[in-house]
Amino acid sequence: MEVLLPALVRGLGIGSTYALLAVSIVVIYRATEVVNFAQPALMILGAYFTSLFVTSIGLPFPVGVVAAMVAMAAVGALTERVAMRPLVGQPVFAAAMVTVGVLIVLTAVANRLIGPDILTVGDPWGLERLEFGTIAIFQVDVAKIVLSLGAIGAVGLLLKRSRIGLAMRATSLDQETALAQGVDVGRMFSLAWAMSAALAALAGMLIGTGAGGVEATTALVALKALPVIILGGIDSIQGAVVAGLVIGVAESLARAYQPEYAPWLGANFDIIVPYLVLIVSLMVRPYGLFGTPEVQRV
Amino acid sequence: MLVVENLEVVYEDVILVLKGVSIEVPDGSIVALLGANGAGKTTVLRAITGLLDVHRGAITKGTVRLDGDPIDGLDAPAIVRAGVGQVMEGRRIFTEFSVEENLRVGGHLAPRGVVAERLERILELFPVLAERRKQIAGYLSGGEQQMLAIGRALMAEPRLLILDEPSLGLAPLVVQQIRDLIVRINEEGTSVLLVEQNANMALSIADHGYILETGKIVMDKPAAVLREDEDVREFYLGLREEGAGSMRDVKHYKRRKRWLS
Repeated sequence: MEVLLPALVRGLGIGSTYALLAVSIVVIYRATEVVNFAQPALMILGAYFTSLFVTSIGLPFPVGVVAAMVAMAAVGALTERVAMRPLVGQPVFAAAMVTVGVLIVLTAVANRLIGPDILTVGDPWGLERLEFGTIAIFQVDVAKIVLSLGAIGAVGLLLKRSRIGLAMRATSLDQETALAQGVDVGRMFSLAWAMSAALAALAGMLIGTGAGGVEATTALVALKALPVIILGGIDSIQGAVVAGLVIGVAESLARAYQPEYAPWLGANFDIIVPYLVLIVSLMVRPYGLFGTPEVQRV
Repeated sequence: MLVVENLEVVYEDVILVLKGVSIEVPDGSIVALLGANGAGKTTVLRAITGLLDVHRGAITKGTVRLDGDPIDGLDAPAIVRAGVGQVMEGRRIFTEFSVEENLRVGGHLAPRGVVAERLERILELFPVLAERRKQIAGYLSGGEQQMLAIGRALMAEPRLLILDEPSLGLAPLVVQQIRDLIVRINEEGTSVLLVEQNANMALSIADHGYILETGKIVMDKPAAVLREDEDVREFYLGLREEGAGSMRDVKHYKRRKRWLS
């Protein structure tokens, strides 16, 4: 129990962050059918803004986090307007390639802003632990779970219940019909990008909490959202949550037990676990656990 | 009153689809726009409702005016806001949404306070939909889906309702229901522009009719006159004078020739 439970909590913590990143990709995919590869850059910029507002400017932590999310929402909406809007009506493959371009540009910007430093986001959790007898879990893991799932829940509720959420879902089902009902489809795209970038900013902050801090290369962590969306199904928010948690826990358990039980696999084996899950998932269920199977015309 | 003047529409910069179409929909009337497949009926509607650019089309000449104000430069949401509602061809309901959600999307531009009230009114107008309020719209029958599409358009309380082939793929009895419904909507003060292949149904309720052929209006007459017109009876109503059988092909050719000249 002393190993299993903390490993589980750590896995759920990191997994919920993956889920958050995956949801941020799903939101854009559902609105525009474009897989947004620029998410790692949005995430790292979000961490940068959090660090800027909290550590450098000295805003209280919650205020700084919200401010960073708002700032990134603006960046996301701007990116959509400048880079993606001209591509409406073009093949989605072309649009996905443009997001790779956006990734490169924004990563360069982030590198410039962050430089060689390691940023701290100024979170209040640090290495504090909650002790239950002999079992100790990190507060930060609990914070990750609560904040990620809370944010995802809020997005889900917005999409499900609000008028604007309904319009966004209508847009994702049939753009032309949505237009004919008076839905401003372009605004829905902007909104999806803004929401997605704000979620990515929150994820970036969560990645930067605890002992680590954030470097420019931390952006690569966001790549783990790819196995998550593939396992969960690219158009499903529930799928992203379940898959995020599964992959986080798998990674964490591998880290806890693999050195003991399978040392011949070498050090740091846990890092590739998400990608193993990705490969297996593609072989067994290519549209994911909760995704919509694609109808193929032969 | 909707006035379309000398409309010319080009798709993909090269395909000329409408060659100077002019139609009018006076307030409170039902106007039918008839024509065979490919005549350009749907294109006329897209030009009116601002959906051309989705299909890479553009208005190259002519104007569309609603009560004197040009609307041909506006985007689709602005045209809905100006009071033009439409039911697209093939119903195009959101199949994964519930009936109520479909209707709510139709009320997207309505002031927040009135949506619930309008929803109740629409459900009253369509009792079948009220019964299936929470059901997934994709499982409704074709006729119910058509009613849902009409109800959804009415949620915006349009002054002009444009219907693109509402009888498409429906049983004769359901077509009659839809027809009665259109009359009722019209009686409540909404002008209707009805695009149909089912000329019989359209002309039976319309005040005025236009016949569109390969991008041109070839006939522009009161519906009562069109119903009696020999050519319309033969080509669009499927009624033929006795003894004309053997000469059919010749006459067909001659008539087309005369219409287009």
